[in-house]
This record gives sequence, C-alpha cells and structure tokens, in this order.
Amino acid sequence: MEYIELLYIVSTVLLLIGLRKLSSPATARKGNLIAASGMTLAIIISIFSPIEGSNDNYLFIFGGILIGALIGLFYSKKVKMTEIPELVSLFNGYGGACAVFISILEILKFNKTTSLGLSGTTYIALFVGSVAFTGSLVAYGKLSGKVKDWRSSISSYFNLFWIVLCVGLIVFQILNPELYEFLPIVILVVSLIYGVSFVFPIGGADMPVVISLLNALTGIAAALAGIVYDNMVMLLGGVLVGSSGIILTLLMCKSMNRSLLSVVVGGFGSTSEDVVGKDQGAVKETTVNDTAINMRYADNVMIIPGYGMAVAQAQKSCKELDKILTEKGVNVNYAIHPVAGRMPGHMNVLLAEADVSYSKLIDMEDANNKMSDIDICLIVGANDVVNPSALDDPSSLIYGMPIIEVLNAKNVVVLKRGMSKGYSGIENPLFFHNKTKMLFGDAKDSIEGILTEIKTMD
Amino acid sequence: MLELLDFLKENILFINLLIVTVYLGFEIISKVPAVLHTPLMSGSNAISGIVIIGAILLVRQAENSDYLTIILGVIGIVLGTINIVGGHAVTNRMLEMFKKK
Repeated sequence: MEYIELLYIVSTVLLLIGLRKLSSPATARKGNLIAASGMTLAIIISIFSPIEGSNDNYLFIFGGILIGALIGLFYSKKVKMTEIPELVSLFNGYGGACAVFISILEILKFNKTTSLGLSGTTYIALFVGSVAFTGSLVAYGKLSGKVKDWRSSISSYFNLFWIVLCVGLIVFQILNPELYEFLPIVILVVSLIYGVSFVFPIGGADMPVVISLLNALTGIAAALAGIVYDNMVMLLGGVLVGSSGIILTLLMCKSMNRSLLSVVVGGFGSTSEDVVGKDQGAVKETTVNDTAINMRYADNVMIIPGYGMAVAQAQKSCKELDKILTEKGVNVNYAIHPVAGRMPGHMNVLLAEADVSYSKLIDMEDANNKMSDIDICLIVGANDVVNPSALDDPSSLIYGMPIIEVLNAKNVVVLKRGMSKGYSGIENPLFFHNKTKMLFGDAKDSIEGILTEIKTMD
Repeated sequence: MLELLDFLKENILFINLLIVTVYLGFEIISKVPAVLHTPLMSGSNAISGIVIIGAILLVRQAENSDYLTIILGVIGIVLGTINIVGGHAVTNRMLEMFKKK
C-alpha cells in the first residue's frame, strides 16, 4: 500500500517541477511535458492502485479516457492561435463540470454518519465547480462572440443577493442535512445560475482577469475534492493551480488598476452612465500612401498591437512590414501592454506565431521610457490600453490604469475599422488629439497597402 | 462547531500542507515574464483537470448496477480528459512557436 503513496508523491513532484519550468522561457516546453507526465502518472496510479471493494469497471474508464483524449487532441490541433483564450475557457469549464459530477455523486452517498467537515467540503466543491463550469462557458461564449454584452444597473445587486443565497443554502443544508431532500438540487441549480450571472455583466476589458479567476476556481474545486477523497495529488495539484491562478489574477488586476472586488461585484461600466455629448472635435484621417512615406523615412517606429490585430489576423502582415522597414534602416519595435488582447501574453503568442523575434517585444515601462525618441507609433487594433483618459481624466472608468503613453511620441497613426469604442465601451480622446491620424479600414488590408507602397519607393 | 474542530484536528497535516502549497504557488508565479502568461494559464488549467482522479475512483468503486454513478462518472472522466489532454497539447503548440523564434 505504501508504494502507492510514494508514487503519488513522485507525480506531485513532477507537477511542481513542471509548473516551475513552465514559468521560465527557456524551459517552458520541457515544463509542460514534465507536468503532463506527472498527470499521466497520477491517473495511472488512480486506475491501478488496489482499493477495497472495487469493481474496477475498466472498460468504462478506458473508454472515457480514450474519447476525452481524442476530443482534446482534435480541439487543440484545430484551434487557431487567435482563438486560444476561448479554448482555455472552454477546457476550464469541462474541468469544472467534472468537479460538479463527482460532488453530486459524493453527496448522493451521504448518510447520518457523514461528518460536518466532509459534507461542508463537498458542498463548497459543488458550488465552486459549478461557478467555474457555467462561468467558463459564458466567458467562452463572450470571447467567441456568441454571447453579447448586456449590462444592467441591477446586476451587481443581483449577484450579491445570489451569492448570499448560495452560501446561506449551503450552510443550512450542512447543519440540517436530513430536513429537505430536494435542497441539494436547489443548491446545484442556484450555484450554476450564479456562474452565469457572475460572468454575464463583465465586459471584455476584464475578460483576462475573469478567465484567470475561473481557472483558479477549478483548481480550488479540485483541491476540495482532494480533501474529500483523501488524495494528495488532487489536493496539491488543485491548490497549486488555485494559488498560482489567484496571484496571476491579482497581477492582472494591478496592471489594469482594478480591484478584484470591483471585477467580481459588478461589470465594467455597469454602474456609471456613459459620458455622452462631450464635443471632442474632429478626427484627422490619413491615407495609406502618407503613412507609408512617413514610416519609410522615420528612424524609430513603434507598433502597438491590440485585440484588433488578432481579429484582423494582421500579425503576419505586421511582421512583413517590420521586415521591410528594418531592411531600409528603420528601427522597428513592438510595445506590449500587459493586458492587451483577451488574455495576458495574448499579443506575445500571436507575434511569436508570426516569427517576430523576442528582442523586438518591449514591455510597457521600457516602451514609455523610449517613447520620446519614437517618430511614429502605429496602433494596430489597440484602444483602451492607449487611452490617455487613464492618465488625466479622473471621471473615466479606466482612470489610473497604466497605459502606453503614445502621445509622448512625435506622431501617432491609428489603424481602426471605424469610430467604435473599445471593448470597455468608453470614449478614447486619443483619436481626437492633434498628434493623431486615423487610418480607417481593416488593419490587415491597411498594413498590406502600406507594404505595397513602401516596396514601390526608391 | 465541535465537529468542525474535530475535522480540522483530524486533517491537521493536510492543512499544513495546504498553507505551504499555497505559498509555493504564489512564489512560482510571481516571477513569470508576461510572455509566458498565456501558456502558463493554459498549462495550469490542464493541471486542474487532476480532479478526474475523483471520477476514476468513483467509477471503479461503483456497483455494476449503479448506472447513475457509472454514467455521471464516465461523463466526468471524458470532460476531465479533454481538459488535461487538450490543455497540455495546446500549451505545447503555443510553446513550440516560441522555440522557432
């Protein structure tokens, strides 16, 4: 029996080493493989370790694993790099659903001798797993455009009421387990609804935070299930994901100058009226030709990518532009805002896909220090992360969020489809500034237009 | 309340471990460069699929006639495996791109 525990320890250590290596660029790939082997080992042990009164049912277990593995591999091969945030959210929902199923089955086994601690832990696992499950599905729907943003001023009160209801019902059920037989079902339904209502009002600007938080929740559900099953790998693996997910969530909140509470309680912009009617003046339009000339004869160009680059699939064109400008002696770099896109590091993944070298990606602080030397800032589909209201307008919802200070550069060119607001739904005075020129149209088409123009020069 | 205290007492080793692991998780993540945030999130998301062990143990212990446990348990196994296999595979795909430079 003891050697089983020893093997579990080996797999826990593999998970730890894997996660550690995943967090350093040189070893990340190896880390992922080590973590995967730790998971495989843990699963093999749980399948073959001798347990009392076991019927094994191996046919069902192997069948389930085979089907799941095929579906998982299919998804991961098929997904486009721009759709990764959605996919992670979807996978996370599946993990949450798994936690929900096992909690339900455990609750069905409860009887008079079940201890308070065990039933409490299981009900919390049920709640956390349910929220991670439906919350992730809503986040998936929002990111893939299947669920539209819809905000109401009462949604934060509704959420507050609903979570109090959840906790109240769970406490009541744990203390009076035999009183109402249908109560566990009510708890399940209420928890599932809370997951939906929790994510529903949250706008796109907060989506990276929400995915990270939901990921941490699945980890916590796994850890709670680990307590229920007295299983160390589940407990430790779950806690690792939970704590690292929470730290990542807080890091992201910090870089957006939002508190976790304000993200959780209500949606972005749900409490204040839209600022309308402030006359911003007219925007200045520019042409592909002008932009091409200006970029060709600039010394330093900074490209600032945002979610729009992902939508327009413009990363490869950016790389082409970068290549041809570099050949002509222009110094091209990319300024990466920590929360640009829909996931932290989203822009890095996209640019890596397009073969842009690491050394050209500059983080926000360094980019801001260099900004006064930059002749042209080319903003490719970024909006909120370059919104100067964050610096000078205390009434703005994003006031205090660190941004890439493009107005310190000499010229700013914004590639944008139209005058729509950013995902957070707020006006951007940058577009009306006299340093700024707008180049309307699909970002990819515009960049390719600029490319063609530059190629015809000299 | 007494029952709760008993539960805590019985699981004191668990609780100690919990605290150390939480701290470990914090430490590991706080040094991560932004480039790796997405792969890290997707990799750790795959690890959260470890909850599948619960489903496996449930199905193993289920009576052959206990269809509810077998059906829900197998659905749990399928979903958990999607999370684990898909998560690691997609993380690997992302990291492969970084390697190319």
